[in-house]
Amino acid sequence: MPPIIEFRNISKEYKLGGAVRQQETFRELLMRKLRSPLQRSTGAATQSSFWALQDVSFDVNAGEVIGIIGRNGAGKSTLLKILSRITDPTTGSIHVRGRLASLLEVGTGFHPELTGRENIFLNGAILGMRKTEIVSKFDEIVAFSEVEKFLDTPVKRYSSGMYVRLAFSVAAHLNPEILVVDEVLAVGDMAFQKKCLGKMSEVSQGGRTVIFVSHNMAAVQNLCQRGVVLSNGKVLFNGGSEDAIQQYLHSVAGTAAQGHVIDLANAPRTAKKIRPKLLERMEFYTDSDRVMPGTMPMGAALKMRVNFNFPEPVENFDVGIGFDNVYGQRVFTAHSSFEPQLVGGEHVGPQTYVCNIPSLTLVPGEYVLRVWLDISRREIDLVSEAARIQIIESDYYGTGRVPWNGVFVLKHHWFTERGSGVSSNS
Amino acid sequence: MNGSYELVIKPRSGWQAIDWREAFLHRELLGFLIWRDIKIRYRQTMLGGLWAVLQPMMAMLIFTFVFNRLAGVKSDGPPYPLFVFAGLAPWVFFSNAVTASSNSLVANQQLVGKIYFPRVFIPVGAVLALLVDLGFSLLLLLGLMIKYHWALTFHALMLPVFILAALLSASGLGLVFSALNVSFRDVKYAVPFIVQMGLFMTPVIYPVSYLPARLRPLLALNPMTGVVMGFRSALLGTAMDWSVVRLSLIVSAALFMLGLLIFRRMERRFADII
Repeated sequence: MPPIIEFRNISKEYKLGGAVRQQETFRELLMRKLRSPLQRSTGAATQSSFWALQDVSFDVNAGEVIGIIGRNGAGKSTLLKILSRITDPTTGSIHVRGRLASLLEVGTGFHPELTGRENIFLNGAILGMRKTEIVSKFDEIVAFSEVEKFLDTPVKRYSSGMYVRLAFSVAAHLNPEILVVDEVLAVGDMAFQKKCLGKMSEVSQGGRTVIFVSHNMAAVQNLCQRGVVLSNGKVLFNGGSEDAIQQYLHSVAGTAAQGHVIDLANAPRTAKKIRPKLLERMEFYTDSDRVMPGTMPMGAALKMRVNFNFPEPVENFDVGIGFDNVYGQRVFTAHSSFEPQLVGGEHVGPQTYVCNIPSLTLVPGEYVLRVWLDISRREIDLVSEAARIQIIESDYYGTGRVPWNGVFVLKHHWFTERGSGVSSNS
Repeated sequence: MNGSYELVIKPRSGWQAIDWREAFLHRELLGFLIWRDIKIRYRQTMLGGLWAVLQPMMAMLIFTFVFNRLAGVKSDGPPYPLFVFAGLAPWVFFSNAVTASSNSLVANQQLVGKIYFPRVFIPVGAVLALLVDLGFSLLLLLGLMIKYHWALTFHALMLPVFILAALLSASGLGLVFSALNVSFRDVKYAVPFIVQMGLFMTPVIYPVSYLPARLRPLLALNPMTGVVMGFRSALLGTAMDWSVVRLSLIVSAALFMLGLLIFRRMERRFADII
C-alpha cells in the first residue's frame, strides 16, 4: 500500500519585495513603473526572496499520527498551507490519497452576527462537511461544546471561552481520512484542552491519519508516534517522536550557541580579589548520556561534569552548583560535600566530579547556573553565570497537560475517601 | 469513504481552466455562503428587508422628480415612474452586486488564508445573495403596475434571460475587481465611482431613443444596456431594439468568462498577499 501522503521536494519561495509591494496602490505602481528605468538596481535589490521551505520530502502512512515541530518560522505553517491547498508550492509535489480536512485555526468562517446554531452549519460546511453530515452530528456537536443554552444567541455575545468551545466542537466532529491540525490546542481553558486532546487521540485510534503541528511538546509526546523536525525550511529529522523532540531541543539550543561544553577557565569572574582560576570546564548530558546543549525537557535527567585542578594537595573541599530562576531566586543547590563517600582524603591535580540528577523537575523557564569551589569552607573560585539552561514543557504527568504554575513538579496522586459529602443521590 | 481518491498538489502557472467538478463537489458551501450573506445583510437593522425595496423606490421618486418633472425627460411609452423603476430594479441590483462582490475577497480574507475551497464562490456568492433583493424590488414593481393599470404581457417570459445576463455582468466585473482588490485596495474607492458613472452610461433614466442611432452600438457594449432594456420590455411589454440587446447580452456572457479566467489566473497568489 503506498503512503497516504507523499511530500516530494516541496519548496516555497516568498518574494520579500513582493510582500512590501502587496499593498501598493495604483499610484505607487505607476510611480514605480515611471521611475523603474532609473531605479532598476534598487528595485531588484528590494525584490529579494525568502525560501520558507526547501526540498522537503517525507511520507506519511495511513493511520499514523505525525507531529511537525520546529521553531517559529521553521516552515511548519507554510507546509500545512500547501498541504491544505491554500497556497501553491513553488516546486515539488504532494500526493494525497484520501479525503483531507484541515484545521489551521479554530472558528474559521464563524460570523459574529450569526447564532451558535447557524454558525455550526456554516462552519461545518466551510470545513468540508456535508449538510446531512452536520444534521446527523448536530446534537453531538452541541453536547460537546457545552453551550446548549446559548444556541440561539449570536456568537458575538459569547465569552471567548464559549466561542472557542463551539468552534472546536464543530472541528472535532470532522470525519476525514486525513486530519491536519495546526496549533489549535493552544486555545481554550485547561479542562477543554484536555477534552480536545482526548478527542484527538480518539480520532487517531480510529485509524485516521493525523498531521499535527504544535509548540506543545507535551501534546506531541502524548499524541504522536512520529515526528518531523523542520528547521529553516528543511527537514532536520524524521523519526520517532521522542527522538524528534530531542532533535528539536537541540535545534532550539543551537541558537543560544551555548553548547554542552562550557569553558570555565576563561569565564569571567566577579570576585574583587585576584584568586586562582581552579574551575576549568563543565559538560552537560541528559537521558541516555546524550549531550545537552542548553535546552532540555522538564523531568529529564541532567548530568553535569565539572573539571577543576588543584595545584596543591587539598583535603576538605566542596563543589557547588546553584540554579537561579529568572527572578534571581535560588531554586536548587547541589553540593558535592553532601555525598558521604566523597568526603575526606587528599586531592591534588586534575579532578572530575559528576553530579547526576535523575529527573530535573523544575518548571519550564530559563535558569542560570552558578558554579563554585570551596576549600575548607572558604570560597576559592566562583563563576556566577556559568551556563544557562532552558527547561521546556514536557508531558511530565503523562496527561498531555502542561503544569504552568509553581516552581517545580512532583509526582503526586489524588484520591477521595469514603464519607466525603457528595451532592448527588447515587 | 472514497478509497480511490487521489490528489496531486503541485505548482500551477499561467491560465487555469475552471474546475467544474470541484465546484460541484463544494456546491453546498456556495449555498451556505449565499445563505450567510442574506442572513447577515439586514441583521440588527430596524427596517430589515425593507431596505431592499426602499433603495430603488427612493431613487425612483427622486429621478421622477428631477429628470421627468424638472428636466422634462420622457419615457418611450409607459408612465415615467414605471419606466424608470423597471430600469432601476436591475440597475440597483447590479451596482450593489458589483460593490459587494468587489469587496468580498478582502472581507473574507480569513477564509481565504485558512481554508481551501473554490475561491470563485466568494465573489459569485456575494452576487447571488442579492437576488433576494431583486425579487423584492420586482414585487414592488408589480405593485406599481397595478397602481398605474399597466398589464403584464407574455413578454415577461423573457425575464429569466435578462436576470441571468445581469448575474453574468455583475459576477464578471465582481470577479475582476475582487481579484484586483487583493493586491490593490484602490478598488474599494474606485468601484463606487465607476458604478455611479455607469448609471448615466446605461439607459436607466432616459430611453435609448434619446441617442442618435450611430451611438447605439457603442451603448450596447455596456452589458447593462441590454439588461435594462430587456427588463423594461419583458415587464412593461414595450418594443425592444434587438440589435442593441443581442450585442449587449453577448458582452455580458463574454465579460463573465473573461472575469473567470482573470480570477483563476490571479487566485493562486491570493493566500500569499491578501
